[in-house]
Amino acid sequence: MPIVLFRVDERLIHGQVVVGWGGPLHADRIVVVDDEIAASPWEQELYCLGVPEEMATSFLTVDDARRELPAWRGAGPRVIVLVREVATARRLAAERLLEGVEVNLGGIHDAEGRARILPYLYLRPAERADLEAIAAEGAAVAARDLPAARRVPLEELAPPR
Amino acid sequence: MSEVRGVVVAHASLADGLVASVRAISGVGDEALSALTNEGCSPETLRDRLLRALGPEGPAIVFTDMGSGSCAFAARRIALERPDTGIVTGANLPVLLDFVFHRELPLPELVDRLVEKGRSGITGAHRESAAHADRAVSR
Repeated sequence: MPIVLFRVDERLIHGQVVVGWGGPLHADRIVVVDDEIAASPWEQELYCLGVPEEMATSFLTVDDARRELPAWRGAGPRVIVLVREVATARRLAAERLLEGVEVNLGGIHDAEGRARILPYLYLRPAERADLEAIAAEGAAVAARDLPAARRVPLEELAPPR
Repeated sequence: MSEVRGVVVAHASLADGLVASVRAISGVGDEALSALTNEGCSPETLRDRLLRALGPEGPAIVFTDMGSGSCAFAARRIALERPDTGIVTGANLPVLLDFVFHRELPLPELVDRLVEKGRSGITGAHRESAAHADRAVSR
């Protein structure tokens, strides 16, 4: 499957993604889907500093990404798709566009209203509901910060009591 | 003119280790160089912590472990909005030691000096020449 990683990570392009995942997955292209960054050339420039030369990078709005997503799932370059918010992943997953894809939760950190689930994963109730909605659209949802770490499926992502 | 302040920001415990080594060798304190990890930080949290460590004004250099990644990204964002902020990526012990003894230099001059120091601080050797690694040159 050419979408080799679909990841929710607030940091978007950084070491874990480029080195930790990008290397073993032999990714050809990184696509960042974010309405704000798609309109911000200087932020794009900063993010591109972290990408190896041999890897192509693009920044798309959610609407543009939804148009291109079916093509990424066909034959072609091996794509890493990155979003920084669960809500963006939910918009992309609507109408079963991510059916059969695994949505990887790789880095959502502590902030107001969020509960700790894992050391690298904190969620608000609304984000938890979005993840359930993504799963209902046919995508698998699981947390795993690095390939060697344990995969924690959505059913196990409850806040500690 | 005030002396340049330094903050090392790096993955896991690397910054702590580098700064502890600099202190052990040079005897300088937190006012010259401090450490910050990116562990468990969102981009906003890391940016806020780094800004706090740098202070609102005065010449400062952010040292990062790599030229890319969340640490360098936070440093570059801050350098865009905070005046008198330099960045040195790929920092190593020779760079940091040179920094703490030359904090009185003007920021642009100091950054150029440290980049050169970092490059020349890396040498290479193999087999029979390994005994003279200090004389090997890597450019």
